[in-house]
Amino acid sequence: MDAYIVAMLVFAGFYALMALGLNVIWGLAGMVNLGLVGFFALGAYGSALLTTKLFWPMPLGWAAGAVVAAAAGAMMALIVARLRGDYLAIVTLGFAEVIRLVASNEIWLTNGTDGISGIPGPWRGDVSPQTFNLIFLALVWVAVGVAFLLCARLSHSPFGRVLRAIREDEDVAAVAGKPVLWFKVRAFALGAAVVGFSGALYAHYNAYIAPDGFAPLLTIYVVLALTAGGVGAMRGAVVGALLVLLLLEGTRFLAAEVPGVTPVQKAALRESIIALSLILLLRFRPQGLIPERTRTRSSPGASR
Amino acid sequence: MIQDWRDLAQILVNGLMTGSMLMLPAIGFTTIFAVLRYPNFAIAGYATVGAFAGWIANTQWGLPAGLALLVAFLAAGALGLLAEETALKPLRPSGALTVAIASVALTLLIENVVRFFFGNDLRGYDLPIMRDWRFDGIRVGPQQLQNTLYAIAAAGALFAVLAFTRLGRAMRAVADNPQLADIKGVDPDRIARVAVFIGAGLAGFGGMLLGLDTSIDPLTGFRVVLSVFAAAVVGGLGSIPGAALGALVVGIGEEMAGVLLEPAYRTVTAFLAILVVLSIRPQGLLGRAA
Repeated sequence: MDAYIVAMLVFAGFYALMALGLNVIWGLAGMVNLGLVGFFALGAYGSALLTTKLFWPMPLGWAAGAVVAAAAGAMMALIVARLRGDYLAIVTLGFAEVIRLVASNEIWLTNGTDGISGIPGPWRGDVSPQTFNLIFLALVWVAVGVAFLLCARLSHSPFGRVLRAIREDEDVAAVAGKPVLWFKVRAFALGAAVVGFSGALYAHYNAYIAPDGFAPLLTIYVVLALTAGGVGAMRGAVVGALLVLLLLEGTRFLAAEVPGVTPVQKAALRESIIALSLILLLRFRPQGLIPERTRTRSSPGASR
Repeated sequence: MIQDWRDLAQILVNGLMTGSMLMLPAIGFTTIFAVLRYPNFAIAGYATVGAFAGWIANTQWGLPAGLALLVAFLAAGALGLLAEETALKPLRPSGALTVAIASVALTLLIENVVRFFFGNDLRGYDLPIMRDWRFDGIRVGPQQLQNTLYAIAAAGALFAVLAFTRLGRAMRAVADNPQLADIKGVDPDRIARVAVFIGAGLAGFGGMLLGLDTSIDPLTGFRVVLSVFAAAVVGGLGSIPGAALGALVVGIGEEMAGVLLEPAYRTVTAFLAILVVLSIRPQGLLGRAA
């Protein structure tokens, strides 16, 4: 049971990191990103490939995973920054699917749907599995802490204020002399880097990655986490990630209680509950548990 | 590989058939966008529901494919309307993106409800097995050709409604300028409901056509969703003739990529098509400049 709780908290850390990354892109800069899992996958594959094929040291692999995701994020922002939010939603969603397709089909690189196994983890094998889990738990939550401090600091810096201004009204920000595109690109790259880092850590925790692990469902989890916690507030991102984990695991026990259903039906039931929660949350508490504190009242979800 | 004109003609024929199956969901997506101004990702879920409703009508009730398609249209349309009124409409004041995100959750919900009742197995329709026709070396599947004709008939019916009926005029008016239409006494709420019903219904119709071509499972709609968006974006979001044209362009492009690159990368082609169009001509082939 202890092992189970530790493992779940590690996953909560991955979600928290992703939610923080999304919060920079969506919460601060107001750019929707439904392709989160694509950046997560880039970070995971980037780090896994560099450490297993080229034998890079792990921390370097993680950093590289973040850099790869950031580069993809910057490119995406460059292409779509001029476009309206609805196009951005379509393009980011498509991006994640393309990443998954490439991961499934470029077998020479990614081993296709069989995935990559034997990804090293810090001191894995040298210590007992439970100690390894604890080490990783500490590692992930230190990463969450650092990312949180950086993002919170960023959010209240002049850079963060400009991003908020762009979120509220791009034209006004441009008239005030802010290079809107450049700010958007940096925000997107930064957020994608955090998400990519999370993916890299996930790969080394799990020791195994495959395209199936990067389904759009994961994006929904993180959007749910951020919406639950409060879009725009960095504390909200972390709290939301814990809540989503609670919900995810809660539905596991709930589904186990339902008699006479097959495993497939159980999985379907759980995913339905998650999807339904997001719809209900958007309807009844769109500002989340911890609303963003700024002097002007606005709903980030409503901005483009 | 392309060796002579027959290979090229074969790609064109296949592309037109693929495109005609993308056409209806793309028209459905763009119709909802034209009136309500948000991208409804639940179109994937509606397509899946249409495919399963048609499957029940065809294999359980024994209806022929043509009538089952009507069932698919009505079932998906009804579900679309229900989902819109209960789940999405209350979110409209929060902005288009909130609705769009909710529609992603909605499509996931629909997919899993279908999975709960039908499982992940592939299912096929009761269809006569027919040999491919050959015209001077170019293969044409009778079923595919029939699907293409069904798609053209459905799209034609929609065009007729839009062009010749009062309702169609009202829909075009709301899409063009909601305020002006409101002043002129067109009830935007009613038009929105009609647009959602027709849009979701066409997605369901298209979903069943996809199933007739191969087989169905809970991911039937989601698998083509990127191609459907590509068709709508290439044609110009909100333009119904644009979606039809875009679907053919994307269909041919995907077949071409399937031959030149790898069949698995057809969807990637659709994504590239989106990027190219957005970079060069964001309003699409037939859309108006934003």
